[in-house]
Amino acid sequence: MYKKSLSCPFLIWAAAFIIIPLLFIMYYGLTDKSGSFTMANLMAVATAEHSKALFLSLGLSLLSTVICLILAYPLALILSGSRLGKSGFVIFLFILPMWMNFLLRTLAWVVLLDTNGVLDTILKFFGLKGMKIINTPAAIVFGMVYDFLPFMILPIYNVVSKIDVNVINAARDLGANSFQTLYKVIFPLSLPGVVSGITMVFVPSLTTFVISTLLGGGKILLIGNVIEQEFMKGTSWHIGSGLSLVLMLFIIVSMILSSKYDHGEGNVL
Amino acid sequence: MMKKLGRRFYLFLIILFLYAPIGTLMVLSFNDSRTSVKWGGFSLKWYQRLFENDTILAALGNTLLIAVLSAAIATLLGTSASIAIHHMKKRRQSICMSIVNIPMLNAEIVTGIAFMLLFISAGNLLSIFGIHFEMGFGTVLIGHITFNLPYVVLSVMPKLKQLNISMYEAALDLGAGEGQAFFRVVLPDIMPGVLSGFLLSFTMSLDDFVITHFVKGLGADTLSTLIYSELRKGIKPEMYALSTIMFLAVFLVLVFVNLNPREQSAAYRH
Repeated sequence: MYKKSLSCPFLIWAAAFIIIPLLFIMYYGLTDKSGSFTMANLMAVATAEHSKALFLSLGLSLLSTVICLILAYPLALILSGSRLGKSGFVIFLFILPMWMNFLLRTLAWVVLLDTNGVLDTILKFFGLKGMKIINTPAAIVFGMVYDFLPFMILPIYNVVSKIDVNVINAARDLGANSFQTLYKVIFPLSLPGVVSGITMVFVPSLTTFVISTLLGGGKILLIGNVIEQEFMKGTSWHIGSGLSLVLMLFIIVSMILSSKYDHGEGNVL
Repeated sequence: MMKKLGRRFYLFLIILFLYAPIGTLMVLSFNDSRTSVKWGGFSLKWYQRLFENDTILAALGNTLLIAVLSAAIATLLGTSASIAIHHMKKRRQSICMSIVNIPMLNAEIVTGIAFMLLFISAGNLLSIFGIHFEMGFGTVLIGHITFNLPYVVLSVMPKLKQLNISMYEAALDLGAGEGQAFFRVVLPDIMPGVLSGFLLSFTMSLDDFVITHFVKGLGADTLSTLIYSELRKGIKPEMYALSTIMFLAVFLVLVFVNLNPREQSAAYRH
């Protein structure tokens, strides 16, 4: 039963639909319309419009990654310390929202955040100044945090909940206070989860075009929007592929960084 | 006490943050007024109109069909791949695992356009031989199977690692054929992993927009792509009604499954 033939269908599938499509991007990214080799598509990122989109994407995605980490870490600690953590309840809680369509969920924030929207009304009711957040970069960061927060919570939670209680007790016995235990014992042990969470939030935030379209009012272009338009509005597949290759560089760097710390323990599952 | 209260409050705030949009959509599905800004009184009319809206129902059919098929095929392919990978030598194992993980770790937009380039090139190539091929239901299915694979493999792999190989060997020694030994000894042991792989795949497929957007071609709209194409004109409230129904259905099923954990754990013990 454990014959080598068992891997055949998978290997064929992987070659046809994982490896070859990536080779196509490389081919298109490194050639021009006549099919000859060029670096121009990669260099296209240096134009003012494209580099502005790239830097904006980098900035917003870094910011949303940091916010996710700050929100998720205490939550993972709380969940792992409570009874809720024992059953499959935690996974249930964070996977469940995915059953409401991702576009609709994100769009709902337009209703909530809009001027004279729900949140605005509540703030005004308490005599606070209303806010103008929709169609600004802040709204995009908000959407990124909302959409990708579970991908930060789950890996950290998975790692933290597996830390041996004895290790923590030992630290306490040896005279460490709560802060020292957290800083010197729990945090280093949770690092694989943290790093895994960072890549799982950073990569989709960096490359999104949906969130910026929905919450940015169509005026704020991220690098994802630029690439999407190159393909769907039919401007140039070659430039679109070239920009994707540049984007992949960032993804590969963040993946290499994460594989240094993560040895499989930080997986979401 | 205060500390505990603080923790509960923090948990509550995060849950509120995650579920506020879902609540909003549910409320809007009962809103009599057409615009999402104003509350026009309670009404069930969008639920009624939903079942008269052929476009939405067709997209729902596509979405569910693609989710079921892609999850089933990915589960089959991914489980057999996991077993094969599990028995590989270390080096080949790690190469295969990195390949499996590509669709999960890579940006969706890159995966999407890579598929689009592949399918369009394949169409051009086939047209030379007089075969007509264009993007549609089939290509969406292929895309979904591919990005579901890593989720299946990652769910099944840990179960295979826990598996006691002696059990399989004992079954063979006791006269079971290889197939019998697999279906009666190995499969029941890895079943929880296989099932969670299937469910996760189904969920991912249902929630996908980006990859479908690039490979759907002109036909084969799913709910996600239909919503995206309606953005300019404004989302039809029937869509809110539909997603409320879907969400509640899943919620009830999951609550029901989770309410019987005792039976489940008892079943595992025996």
